[in-house]
Amino acid sequence: MKKEEVVRGAEVNSEGNRAIVKFRISDFVMMFVITLLSLSCILPFIHIAAKSISSNNKVIAKAVYFWPKEATLEAYKSIFADGSLGKSMIYSVIVTLIFTALGMVVCICGAYPLSRVRLRGRKWLTFLLMVPMYFGAGLIPTYLLYSDYKLLDNMWVLILPLVYSAYNLLIMKTFFMSSIPDSLEESAFLDGASNIQILLKIVLPLSKPILATISLFYAVGRWNTYSDNMYFIRSEKLKMVQYKLYQMVASAAEAQTTAMSDAAAVTSTPEVLQAASVMFITIPIICIYPFLQKYFVKGTMVGAVKG
Amino acid sequence: MAKRVPVPEEYKIKQAELKKSHRKSAMKDIRRDWQLYLLLLIPLAFVFVFNYAAYPGLRIAWMDFKPALGFEKSKWVGWATFIKTFKDPDFITALRNSLVFNILDLAVTFPLPIVLALILNELRYPRFKKVSQTILYLPHFLSWAVIGSVAYTMFKPTTGLVNIFLTNVGLIDQGIPFLTEKWHWAVTYLFIGIWQCMGWNTIIYLAAITSINGELYEAAMIDGAGRWKRMWHITLPGIRSTIVTLLIMSLGRVMGSNFERLKVFDNAMVRDFQYQLAIYIYNKGLQASKFSMATAVGLFQSAVGLLLVLITDRIAKSLGEEGLM
Repeated sequence: MKKEEVVRGAEVNSEGNRAIVKFRISDFVMMFVITLLSLSCILPFIHIAAKSISSNNKVIAKAVYFWPKEATLEAYKSIFADGSLGKSMIYSVIVTLIFTALGMVVCICGAYPLSRVRLRGRKWLTFLLMVPMYFGAGLIPTYLLYSDYKLLDNMWVLILPLVYSAYNLLIMKTFFMSSIPDSLEESAFLDGASNIQILLKIVLPLSKPILATISLFYAVGRWNTYSDNMYFIRSEKLKMVQYKLYQMVASAAEAQTTAMSDAAAVTSTPEVLQAASVMFITIPIICIYPFLQKYFVKGTMVGAVKG
Repeated sequence: MAKRVPVPEEYKIKQAELKKSHRKSAMKDIRRDWQLYLLLLIPLAFVFVFNYAAYPGLRIAWMDFKPALGFEKSKWVGWATFIKTFKDPDFITALRNSLVFNILDLAVTFPLPIVLALILNELRYPRFKKVSQTILYLPHFLSWAVIGSVAYTMFKPTTGLVNIFLTNVGLIDQGIPFLTEKWHWAVTYLFIGIWQCMGWNTIIYLAAITSINGELYEAAMIDGAGRWKRMWHITLPGIRSTIVTLLIMSLGRVMGSNFERLKVFDNAMVRDFQYQLAIYIYNKGLQASKFSMATAVGLFQSAVGLLLVLITDRIAKSLGEEGLM
């Protein structure tokens, strides 16, 4: 990357003014395209955020665009007052934390040994671990299996089955292979360190970007998935917060299409309340995202190149 | 015909010795790395308990499975379930819809990240590049429930921001029913699919681009190749094997759609229009308890996906590409 940038700078200098002018047009077009796409990603959320702290009247009157009108925290207050969304939020956080911790342990335990080229039977073991990525058993056999395990309608059905992820393991394995040089390990070996000591004292401290990346993947994956809530969970109190939001969206959509008028839809599920719920649920992600961002780009970049 | 030369005794002994020493060194390697094998047991346990253990359950596709009777007492019916399923008009609709939507999805979703990665790679100002990348990755980290909620808000026929904007600009005089009329729904559904993954999918291409040798660009520049020429003759060929790998992997998903995405954009106006296999399996299997039929469809889906991956992988290899494995 660096090299390329140096080269490009040299080109502009050597070719002089004309080159700069000529390049500005295409640069401008490209920046324009990227800006438009970026706006399409961020404006909807600014709109929702503005709606969530505006008064219901102004929202119904279509007066709220990107800036709140008659700012109020009424919607958030009613979410807290109701309590059910708050409770399932806490429950979801707990599930996500347990899941991420377990997931990281399983992922490291798989990725590190498989990243060592000297390991006997490595190819065969990797194959064994990758099969589920290409051929899944499907919903019903899985459902029957969990029912055998007595996992249905149990918090652990949201945690245990997804803890092993072939995709995350593959990325972490590639990262270890490309960024932990063998020589580092060898010298530790000569000092009499065991494999587990090397992993804990040398490899993991050197792998912060990938650890941040994969834990982000695990946490966000768990936080955002709700299809397993629909498949395997019946009791309302064991359902995660994303499922609650899905129910809200689905009933609003149904009201919109059956009542055929927006006014009716607005009264059946206050738009402000839905906007506040979206913000409420997305805030944890928005909070951790900027901090992990510098890590995950690096981690994914190194881990994703096929090794 | 070559004459068969008797194997000299000496050679035989040497072979045996080699084998022995090989076995010995294997034992030594295993003794040295026993801790690594111990670590591996953890993911292996999970994959066996939660993935491999489900495969025997596939046999109910050939049974008339009754949950009350269980695996042992349910009757074997051979291919009857498959035949019944393939004749089911609901299945045919679901299959057709899945194929049409997923092929369209692939056709529009696959090329865009490549173009976007090329553009991002050419951007001049590192700060601008970084900020825009951060923003473009964001939709990937949001759930379909959140995206669905935002989309319904943005695309409402009269109060949605998009329609208000289009009306104010003067392009339309009546709100467009983006998510409540089937053809508009199809376009919106595809558009949101691209929007969600366009940024994220660039990462893998950008990573591949960074591993292209910088000297190639230098040489091309000395030869007077402009920006587009370099893009076309160096960057694109440089990431070709990545493109092929990703294409093979995404072909495996042509049969399976994202259940959450379908479910969140589902509403009374488009229910039959967007009926796909993922929904069919859910409705037939978990709602109507037709376990055998749903399993047969699931198996069909997985098998076709795997077959497509294997065939394209073979084709890619015969064309001189690296392929998957």
